[in-house]
Amino acid sequence: MSLVNEPVEKNINRKKYCRFKKSGIKYIDYKNPDFLLKLVNEQGKILPRRLTGTSLKYQRKVSQAIKRARHLALMPFVADQLK
Amino acid sequence: MSKHYETVFILTPILSEAQARDAVEKFSTIITQNGGTMVHEENWGLRKLAYPIQKKNSGFYQIFEYSSEEGGVVDVLETEFRRDERVLRFLTIALDKHALAYNDKKRKGLVGRKKEVATETKEA
Repeated sequence: MSLVNEPVEKNINRKKYCRFKKSGIKYIDYKNPDFLLKLVNEQGKILPRRLTGTSLKYQRKVSQAIKRARHLALMPFVADQLK
Repeated sequence: MSKHYETVFILTPILSEAQARDAVEKFSTIITQNGGTMVHEENWGLRKLAYPIQKKNSGFYQIFEYSSEEGGVVDVLETEFRRDERVLRFLTIALDKHALAYNDKKRKGLVGRKKEVATETKEA
């Protein structure tokens, strides 16, 4: 029985990193929705930092860019099976 | 030190091509008349909206990037947007140095996806 849980446990706690710091992105453009869609779940909600592992500084830029994209109808406020 | 701004606005889809063009013309003359200098104009044309605005599902997207000494041009432009009923929605932001670098890089040739643009900045 315990073996069933073993593999699931292992891959959860790999080190999360901030993808923006690592790849050197300085500015998150609110005009290209296909990049922003990667940072949003199926309902169109912004993914939290604990899942994506992004640093606070870039998470604020991400959320601001996504809200601007939503304002300009480039991204929906609420969606079902968005991807 | 001149500040840089970027305005994106959406025109109603029921406009004909000519009407859309002169609406864009009208706004760009407003910018140049009020002490703004146009840096870049971009037109995405007719595009589907993610959610209906004023019962319409598509719109003409237009982007202006401009700079101006004192910020007076932005208020004039925005009152004009509010007055004109052809404009469904508009958004003006001030560009910081990272945004400017990104825009130049994107125009210069790196029109690729964000990922390539990012790796490029790392090496350069």
